[in-house]
Amino acid sequence: MQDEPSPEELIKAVADFLRNDIAPQIGGHHAFKLRVSINALDLVARQLKLEQGSDAAEAARLSQILGTQGSLGELNKVLADRIAKGELDLQTPGLARHLWQTTMEKLAVDQPNYASYKRELAK
Amino acid sequence: MQALLGDCVASWYPGASGVTGAVRLSGGASQETWSFDIVHPDGNVGAILRRAPQGYGAAPSRAAGLNAEASLMQLAHEAGLPSPRVMHLLQPQDRLGTGFIMERVDGETIPRKILRDEQFSQARPLLARQLGKVLAGIHGLPLTQLPKLRRMTAAKEITELERDYRSFEWPRPVFELALRWLQERDPGPPAEVTLVHGDFRHGNLIIGPDGVRAVLDWELAHLGDPMEDLGWICVNSWRFGEIDKPVGGFGSREELFAGYQAAGRRVDADRVMFWEVMGTLRWGVMCCGMMQRFRTGPEHSIERAMIGRRSSETEIDLLRLLSPRQP
Repeated sequence: MQDEPSPEELIKAVADFLRNDIAPQIGGHHAFKLRVSINALDLVARQLKLEQGSDAAEAARLSQILGTQGSLGELNKVLADRIAKGELDLQTPGLARHLWQTTMEKLAVDQPNYASYKRELAK
Repeated sequence: MQALLGDCVASWYPGASGVTGAVRLSGGASQETWSFDIVHPDGNVGAILRRAPQGYGAAPSRAAGLNAEASLMQLAHEAGLPSPRVMHLLQPQDRLGTGFIMERVDGETIPRKILRDEQFSQARPLLARQLGKVLAGIHGLPLTQLPKLRRMTAAKEITELERDYRSFEWPRPVFELALRWLQERDPGPPAEVTLVHGDFRHGNLIIGPDGVRAVLDWELAHLGDPMEDLGWICVNSWRFGEIDKPVGGFGSREELFAGYQAAGRRVDADRVMFWEVMGTLRWGVMCCGMMQRFRTGPEHSIERAMIGRRSSETEIDLLRLLSPRQP
């Protein structure tokens, strides 16, 4: 077992330092790149926090829809192939709900401020 | 750069003694854009250089080429459309690569400013209708005068998107669903094949307090279904948070269509919706592509890496289009 602080705590500390102490001193193109860099660290922190739970739930849904077991990557590959072949579509029970759930979980990590996401979150 | 530009300008602009204030503008990875002022006794003249980059470019197979871009801009300018006048096509003796120099049009291209700043508050309600009229003008340019361009169809576009997506080897069930949806609803050839701008959206439109002043970046121009341009500008990715205003975050489809029809052209709303779905998927695939170039190409930048994490935005937008949820 690795010791504390956790990766999430360390990344948050770095992101906060860059945001609060460094960003105000930087201008021009580097300011833009720094903002994107801080966004990247924030994203990683969200992923570290949320990924385990959402991955487990996603794998469980996929196993049920596809009737097979496998890693999350393998299951998503099978789902993609079967949609491409027309074997599964939006009429397939549970598929639309699964895709919505999975996409919402991606947005929660990637872009929680995206307007479409916030609108759907309120539904 | 300034010295090269000065020599170049002096060779074709009577009375010009050089250039000043040359700066490279951010933007296009596939093309370089420079802004500068031509120094002239009657007063300085703002100009823009657009030229092929040294080395790496984006999706060269899709690009119309800089000479075609220059002639399209000039044709649009002569037809009275908001388009900068082309001043000079680069020649080998200019030693500036390939490209052209055009007049600089003042105004704003940054979406968040256009959508929020007070100085554009009068323009915003007019823009969708204005852009409809501009698109009608572009689609009405006579085919016989156009440079050689790709002929694109919905089927070809779907095939190219599918090939690009598969090359990433990363499963995206929502993209698969969108590809199937598009294949099943391909509307076939349009009633009329026209010039299509191909990238008519925020960033490529110069806006002033009075409305649209110039259409830029004809890199993706081709021949095809005119409804493609109307669908592309409605893609949610160009609404910048104003998701209830489908046209660029400032207007409605009805206003866009009204401007288009008032200029004497017909709208096929079903085709526009088809192309909006295509455009949403296309932007998603482009986001993945930029991430791939971050991995394999010379541009190992954090911006490119992070764009890969924007493809999920297009997935939620595709679901909102193909499988909307009730509130």
